[in-house]
This record gives sequence, structure tokens and C-alpha cells, in this order.
Amino acid sequence: MNLLSLLRGEAFKRGIHPPQNKLTAERSIRRLPFASRLVVPLSQHIGKPARAVVRVGQEVVRGELIAEADGWLSVPHHAPATGFVEAIELRPSAKGPWEQSIVIKVQPGSTQEVQVAHPRDMGVLNPQEIIAAVQQTGMVGLGGAAFPSHAKMSVPKDAKVHTLVVNGCECEPYLTCDHRVMVEHADDLIEGIRHAMRATGAVRTVIGIEDNKMSAVEAIQAALMARHIPADQIAVQAVPTKYPQGAEKMLIMALFGVEVPSGGLPLAYGMVVLNVGTLAALGCLLPRGEGLVERVVTVTGPAVQRPGDYRVPIGTPMKFLLDYAGAPAESYQVILGGPMMGQAAASLDVPVTKGMSGLLVMRGADFCDRDDQKIYPCIKCGECVAACPMGLNPSLLGMLAAMRDYEPMGSQYHLGDCFECGSCSFVCPSSIPLVQQFRVAKQVLRERAVA
Amino acid sequence: MSSRLEIRSSPHIKGVSSVETIMKNVVWSLLPICAFYVFQYGISALATLVVVTASCLLADRLFARLGGQSGDIGDWSATITGLLLALTIPPGFPLWMGFVIGFVAIALGKALFGGLGRNVFNPALVGRAFGQAAFPTAIATYTPSFMPGRFTEFIPSSLAMPFMTPADTSAWIAAAKLDAWAGATPLAKWKFETVLAPAIDLLTSIGGNLAVGPAPILIVLCGLYLAARRFLDWRIPVATLIGAALTGYVVYLLNPARYPDPVFVLLSGGLVLGAVYMATDMATSPVTPRGVWVYGGLIGFLTVIIRYFSGLPEGVMYSILIANAATPLIERVTQPRPFGTASLGKRKGRAVYPLLPAEPVDVAGREKDKK
Ligand code: SF4
Ligand code: SF4
Repeated sequence: MNLLSLLRGEAFKRGIHPPQNKLTAERSIRRLPFASRLVVPLSQHIGKPARAVVRVGQEVVRGELIAEADGWLSVPHHAPATGFVEAIELRPSAKGPWEQSIVIKVQPGSTQEVQVAHPRDMGVLNPQEIIAAVQQTGMVGLGGAAFPSHAKMSVPKDAKVHTLVVNGCECEPYLTCDHRVMVEHADDLIEGIRHAMRATGAVRTVIGIEDNKMSAVEAIQAALMARHIPADQIAVQAVPTKYPQGAEKMLIMALFGVEVPSGGLPLAYGMVVLNVGTLAALGCLLPRGEGLVERVVTVTGPAVQRPGDYRVPIGTPMKFLLDYAGAPAESYQVILGGPMMGQAAASLDVPVTKGMSGLLVMRGADFCDRDDQKIYPCIKCGECVAACPMGLNPSLLGMLAAMRDYEPMGSQYHLGDCFECGSCSFVCPSSIPLVQQFRVAKQVLRERAVA
Repeated sequence: MSSRLEIRSSPHIKGVSSVETIMKNVVWSLLPICAFYVFQYGISALATLVVVTASCLLADRLFARLGGQSGDIGDWSATITGLLLALTIPPGFPLWMGFVIGFVAIALGKALFGGLGRNVFNPALVGRAFGQAAFPTAIATYTPSFMPGRFTEFIPSSLAMPFMTPADTSAWIAAAKLDAWAGATPLAKWKFETVLAPAIDLLTSIGGNLAVGPAPILIVLCGLYLAARRFLDWRIPVATLIGAALTGYVVYLLNPARYPDPVFVLLSGGLVLGAVYMATDMATSPVTPRGVWVYGGLIGFLTVIIRYFSGLPEGVMYSILIANAATPLIERVTQPRPFGTASLGKRKGRAVYPLLPAEPVDVAGREKDKK
């Protein structure tokens, strides 16, 4: 176990090596046509929902502001296509609850060109102005967190940032959208990094990429070389592939050898971590003064006929995208994001939102391996302890959870540090649904804390 | 698109390891060892293996039927218990007694605690300890290996009628006209007559007619297979052997005339079998990475102490049982250190980049990138 890690030269402790299944790594990003109707939920991000600024019946053009940010922790939304507002009403969202959404009936033959832009010279803006500009693009973390990017880039007054860490790990199996963006849009990425460095005050950038994506490493290196950017300003680092390296804390461990304190942020070390997809999109949108109206989504799965990375207008119905990619009719489960941490979609009549990095389509047959496995009690094999990147003891936590003894899980055994990466459930030979139990336990503890 | 969209919680994929795979592989890896045992002691050994294992499976099935048990026959764990128990008792152990201790092993060692994964003590050793208490003479009666007629005739004691005292084997052994080593185990030989068996014979179990179990070298090889496939925690046997060797060495240094060298300590008795197959029983050993070192070291230490300073020649069984009992305590004091509790700024691992931009740059790490 430890010996193997040493041989592989892994840079953070524990973690797992799930089969990668990056089926779409070699295919270029393709553009998805417009669906006839696009549904833009007002809340696609962490924070307050945006406020609609259009009326039913109003004509909108692609790129036009249709909802404005409601306060600091909120982002605006822009019309993903030219057409008219058909309705503003509650619509189901992928994760379940119904959300207030703007429904746009797309004008046939609508152009892919963004119609509304306010080109500007980024060089003259000061950090505050850059951050305001970021907010105006409506950008959120495209890696899946959907946390408003301008908020992440703003450095509190009492802190100082010297290093920007760019997360190109994409450690989830199946997903390749970040990989393709790095290969095809390295210039945009570097542009985005420069703006982010100025906004945060960072003097150097390290781009961490898992070594199963060497084509991305090379593409970015070539782009840096062409612009004569020295490595002590922006460096690209390949890190040995291991899940969950894409977690901020693991990546910082891999690159800098330090543990971000439990409950703390990378800010404790003067660092800010941003996702490659987010920065590449910003690099493209900021100088042009456009809003975020589309994103790259990996549509994949063992039986998808045309798996690939698609440039999808925000608000595209998931069903439209799946049909276009040729998802099998007997789909059984559609996972939003990767198979380790992604959530299962509650319905297919829901729109693609800003935080959706992938759609993984599984048939019943793809699960039979897992379904055949019987659940046994914990045999104390210790595999979960050897896998938990946070250094917890999932075996013990699982036994406490099974006894509904939630209190010590939080107070003594650091349940709060668990970020539900799924490594423990993945390795458990007894097939104990550990992560599920931990979610319940956290929920109970949260409720108790409030009560 | 179908309407039966399932909602499950993440993770949506799972590794291939399962309880059945682990247990099955342990059984596979035990087969060469069992074969060697039969090669040494003939049909008596074979009969012991079969009877004890059958008795364990029977007990397991019975208690599973009665309910309240986790796991079942399909998990192969009772097979492992049976095989291991058979390997720890003398080959000429009366079969009816073997049946009794096999049943007791599962009943007291496993079913009583609620089944698979819930037991506190290694079931095979619970059976062995019960045998030690109930049949003290029979369990201490060893016969020489490689007896000429071993594939055609039973060791006389094997076929004792239930509840009858087994036939005395000493006359039978004497009739075979073997050398002085016959009959006693090397450990008993050392303890009661202070004669040491040669290390190479102990390692391979082949030379002479030693009353020994399967070859330690073979057990180590089988253990290596399991460890390589991660069905066994290699740290436990390593810690156990280190613990035993160190303790043995210290005692040897104090009084080389009276105590054997560490090599004899490692290769004699059931230490290797115990370290590789019994101490590593998952349910009864710690899950914590630091805990397994403490646990293994404790077993090695206790084994030597019991061998040297008690009335018994062998101490592996009791040391493992004691360490099993200590496991919850060991786990409590060796909980893993959560990520993010290191002191701020403490650097570990093989990080490529300095923490602060101003620090001198690790050129090697950077150069790699530029190419
Ligand atoms: S889900 Fe939580 S407990 Fe399990 S491995 Fe990940 S961080 Fe550890
Ligand atoms: S991996 Fe599963 S069976 Fe093994 S110790 Fe953890 S919870 Fe128990």
C-alpha cells in the first residue's frame, strides 16, 4: 500500500485509483445546436438566486442580460439564444426541487454569435474592477461547485494572496471537458489566468494537471512558450494521477506539500484555487465583455453512441442533449458530473446549468457488478482507512452511524472533514454504503446544531 | 428514454473487491499449505482437515439457520476457520475431538458474537484454546512427520472412538525406529531437553522426521501472494516477526547459554503460520495503520515471553488471543491523524514548489516541465 504509492511517486497520501474510462479524451469539442426552448433557472449557483429583468413576451438576443445578481453572493444570467421570453415560472431542476426559471422560445435559425458585448481593455482595470467584471459575466466554478467565481477571487482585507493554483486535475473517471478545454483553448486559459492573477494579486501561478492528460500539459506549455511567459510566473506541473486529486486540499498537498488546515481555506497559505474551465471561459469572456451563455459538458457512458464533449447553451433540456449524443433508450441512471461525486438526476426534463460538468449515462447492465455484491457487516479490513484522503476512520464512523450514535462522529471522529469523495465506499469489500450513512449523519448533526 | 430513472447516491461505481473474493483467495492460498501438510502426515492429516472443516461449515450453517447471524456459508470464512484450526492441532489428533473443537470454534468464536465481522477473537484459535483445555494430552501429542506408511495407515490416535482415550502412539513411533527427533516438537525439545533443531530443517520442514507443521517458507510464499493482492495486511506478519525476533534477540544477548538465537525463535513452532494467517484475521486485528504495528509487535513479544517463561512450550495462540482482546484499545489510541491537523507550514511529501514565490526555486522540478 504505502510502498506502492512510493513507487508511483504519488504526492498526497491515501486516495484510490478507480478505472479512468476517459472515453472522450481524444475527441474535439463539438457545438450543440439550439433546442427549441431553453430554460434558465435563476438559481444555478451557490448563493442568492438572480433577479429576472425581463418580462414574459419580451424579445431577447443571445448574450443579453436577463437576470441580474441579487447582492454580492449572486451572479447574473444572460440569454443563451435569441428568441422571446415565453414564461417565467417554476420548473423542475436536475437535482429535484423546482426553481423559478426563465423559459426562452428560441427563434428558428438563431445565430451562434453572441449579440451583446462590451469589449474593453482589461489592462486599465484595477483588481476591484476586474472582480466586478467577473461578476458581470455570470461566472461560477465550472468544475461543478458552482460557487460564484468573483467571490472566490476576492481576497479578504486581512489576507494576502501570492499564488494562484489552477486545478486541471479532472480526477473523476469519465469526465474530459477540462481536458479538452486545456488542449483546445490553452490561450484563453492563459488569458484568464492573467486576469485572475491581477484580480487576486498573485505573483505566480501553478497549473496542476494529472499525468493522464499529458496532451493538455504540452498544449499549455506550447502556449506559454509562444507568449514567452517564464515558468516562475506561470508553471505547468504534471502530478501523478490519483483520485481525489481534484480536491483543492489534495492538489495543494501534491504541489506544495502542505496540509490546508482542517476547516480552513487555501487562503491560509496565500493561495486561491480556480478551475481550468472557469479560467478559460473568463479568458474568452472578460476582454469581450460578454456573459456566460454556454459551457462544455462531457456526455458519456458505456452505451452512449456519440459520446463527447459538447459546447452546450445554458438551459438546454438534458433530454435534448442526451438524444443528440445518442444515449441509449434503456438509460437507468443519469449522473450529473462524475461517477464518484456526481448526483443522480431526478428527471430528464430539466435544463443544463452552469455547474454541470458532465452527464454520465448508465444502463441497468452497467451496474450489475455492483448490484450483485452483497452487503456484509464491516469486516475491519482497513481498506477504507487506507483510502480516505482526509485521514478519517470510515470503518469506525460507519459502525457508529449504523448504531445511530451520531454525536461522537462529529465531536470525536472528525466527520466534518469528510467531503464525501466516495473513496471509502469504493473500496469497501463489504459494500457498506458509507458515504450515504455519513450524509445522513451530517444532516442529523446539522439539524441538532440548529435545534 | 425510459421512465424508470433511478436515483442513487454517489459514488456510483465500486471497486471489484468483495468479501467473497478476499475469503476465497485466502482459501486458495491455504491449499498448497494443506497439501504440504498431507504430504508430511498422510491420510491422518487429510482426515483432520476434512473433518474439522466440515464441522466448522456445519456449525456455521446451523447458526445461520437459527438466525441473528451476519454473513453465510457463501462468504467462505468458516472454511478458513476450519482449515486453519486443522493446521494448528497435531495430525494424530483424534478425529472426534477435531469435530468437537471445530464446532466450538464457530459456536463460541463467531456465532456467539453475531457472526462475520463481529467476532472479537480469531475463531480458529478459540477452537484451539478450547481443545487445549478439554483435551490437554491429545493436543500435546505430536507424531513424527514422513512416517513410512503414512499414506496407507492412520496414526493410531486419529481413529479413537468418541469419548474414549486415544491409543498411545509411543509404541507405534518406537516401532518405526526413527532417530531421536521423532515425536517431540522442536520447541518442546528445546524447552525440556535444550536441544536445537537445525534452522534449514525448520525452514523447509523436510529434513528428518521432525514433528512440525507445514514449511514456514511455503507459508511465507502463500502469504506474499495474498499481500500482493491486498487480501492481507503485510504489516501485521512483518510486525509480529520483528517483535518476536527483537524480543528473542534481547533475551538471547542476556543469556546466550540458556536461550536460543532469534532464528530458531522465528522458525520454530507456529509463529510463521500464526503471524501470516491468524494474526491477520481482519475482523480481530486493528483497522488503523499505526495500530497494526503495535498489534503485530505485541504478538511477537508475547509469543517469546510465553515460550520462555511459562510452562508451555508454545505461546503463539495465547499471544494472538490476548492481542485480539487488546485490539479495541489499540485502535482507540492509534486513530489516524486527520488531514489538515499538521502544524501550519509543515512540509511533507515530495512537493515540487516552494511555499512562497520568493523562496529559491527547486530547479530540477521546474526543468522537467520546460521540456
Ligand atoms: S467520503 Fe469522507 S470518509 Fe469516505 S473517503 Fe471520502 S472523505 Fe473519507
Ligand atoms: S472498507 Fe468496509 S469492511 Fe473494510 S474496514 Fe472499511 S467499512 Fe469495514
